[in-house]
Amino acid sequence: MTKLDAPPSAPPAPPQKKRAYHGSKGMYPLWFYIPSGVLYVILFAVPTFASFYFSLTRWTLFDTTFIGLQNFETFLTEPQLYQSLINTFIYAFLTSGAKVVLGLLLAVLLTGAILGRGYLRATIFFPVLVSTIGVGITFKVLMDPFDGLINKTLETFGINGPEWLTNPALALYSVALVDVWKGVGIATLIFIAGIVAIPQEYYEAAKVDGAGAWKNFRHITVPLVRPATATVILLSLIGGLRSFELIWAMTRGGPGFSSDVVASVIYKQYQAGFYGLSTAGNVILFVVVAAIVIPLQYVLTRRQVES
Amino acid sequence: MTLTRTLTTADSNGKRAPRADRRPLTFRRFMRKYFVGIIAIIASVVVFIVPFAFIFLMAAKTPQEASLFEFSLPQQGWMLWENLITVLQTRDYIILRAFVNSTVLTVASVVIMVVFAAMVGYVLQRRKSRWNHLVNFFVLAGLIVPPAVVPTIWVMQGLGIFKTMPGMILIEATFGLSFCILLFRAFVSTIPRELDEAAIIDGAGPMRLFFTVVLPLLKPVVITVIVVQAVAVFNDFTGPLYFLPGEANATVQLTLYNFQSQNLSQWNLLFMDILLITIPPLILYIFFNRQIVAGMTSGAVKG
Repeated sequence: MTKLDAPPSAPPAPPQKKRAYHGSKGMYPLWFYIPSGVLYVILFAVPTFASFYFSLTRWTLFDTTFIGLQNFETFLTEPQLYQSLINTFIYAFLTSGAKVVLGLLLAVLLTGAILGRGYLRATIFFPVLVSTIGVGITFKVLMDPFDGLINKTLETFGINGPEWLTNPALALYSVALVDVWKGVGIATLIFIAGIVAIPQEYYEAAKVDGAGAWKNFRHITVPLVRPATATVILLSLIGGLRSFELIWAMTRGGPGFSSDVVASVIYKQYQAGFYGLSTAGNVILFVVVAAIVIPLQYVLTRRQVES
Repeated sequence: MTLTRTLTTADSNGKRAPRADRRPLTFRRFMRKYFVGIIAIIASVVVFIVPFAFIFLMAAKTPQEASLFEFSLPQQGWMLWENLITVLQTRDYIILRAFVNSTVLTVASVVIMVVFAAMVGYVLQRRKSRWNHLVNFFVLAGLIVPPAVVPTIWVMQGLGIFKTMPGMILIEATFGLSFCILLFRAFVSTIPRELDEAAIIDGAGPMRLFFTVVLPLLKPVVITVIVVQAVAVFNDFTGPLYFLPGEANATVQLTLYNFQSQNLSQWNLLFMDILLITIPPLILYIFFNRQIVAGMTSGAVKG
């Protein structure tokens, strides 16, 4: 179609010049950035920059007083708040690691010839689309220490089920488990897309060389799904560090403060009216996410270019 | 001995791409395909189907029976319809209103996201200017940086849109922009520039070129963006919790959360509510399976 259109306008020289001018600049106006830019600047950039100032203040409904780094000091010395920072790391790295390992294994399984492949893919993925609050409430009931389905089932095998959500030492890990249950589907899908993109010739060449399944996996699949691995690690780390909804639905940071993460502390301080402290939490979360994700992204994508 | 050997080799056959399907079905491959498949299916039923069946069964029970938390068929009759009516009538039809609110919020914010992000993704891909670096940086920042809650409320209060539906719509749209822009930018690069040039020769201006030539060609990615973001906005709890508190504009996720703290004795109604808000994503998933998968795995291959 373009070829048909081109010849009539090609012979005269002036229009072509005009076209070149239009094609590079005028036809792609910069003001197309403006609608998004306005929203982004007003509702995202300005609050983010303002947060650096407000985190240095004692901020109530009525006024703000500049107090220096006091909020950050509180955050890093108060055991409950400090604990939330540790919990955030545990939660993020645990869920991210589990999603990478399980997701890759499931993806390998689900790209092979296996009975019910379509059904399995659909089932594993569906929880990703379900309301986090709904999942949280459901698992709160399933993990009930006495009447919950999980512990009742364990009982029939003679196992004394743990107090999933009421034991302070375990609550955070139980929530992380549910997070993996809900999120492993997306990791699996990303890995499947990565594995399918690996050229079949590699496996055929390996077969000629007599490589077994493990060697195929170790030396072909794992190195060549690196972009997918990078995506899964980055996405699940960002999600895990910012995680709030599931924790809030299941434990509200309890029992006590044992499963509090930075995001839930931000909400609690906001509710209590300590806006400055809440914003300091936001800044800490921002710094933590940026300090982990940006270098990681650099490393993961650079390695990819080398190989 | 022979049996175990068959099994281990069958297992160790590990991953094999779909192409392996075409080879003749030997006993080993038969074992691998069916034996492993059956184990996987049983495991998936226990791990993934049971929780959803549990939601459904709880929603069909009487309050007394539901409070036992048992995984069983309702013994006192199926109460699905009765529970549905009761749940809808609770607190003066608050759930119906919440569904209306959530629908308005989802539709409006997704429309804004699609149009605005398509414009950015298009110009960003087509035009090399000194703004590109800055825009790309902002897009990535939008994906990584957690929104600063209280300062956002402060800005919204200044604009008079805190606790209002328009304010919430703009917030959801803003927070979703970055992801949409990435998808659009990647897709625009697959549209040949010759098409633009043809339209320019035919006398189209920038607006006509974008809205009547390029945007229709973006249809596949537009559908992906709509479906993925609709699910995200519909399921969002944190946003409305902070920026849209109060009964008047409650969304379905907020109502569910409040329901949980209020109706502690009526588990059947609580689970009916969960069942209700699970249905819209389920319907979208059934009809737009491929688009959802495409949207969520974008970047898996290119990084």
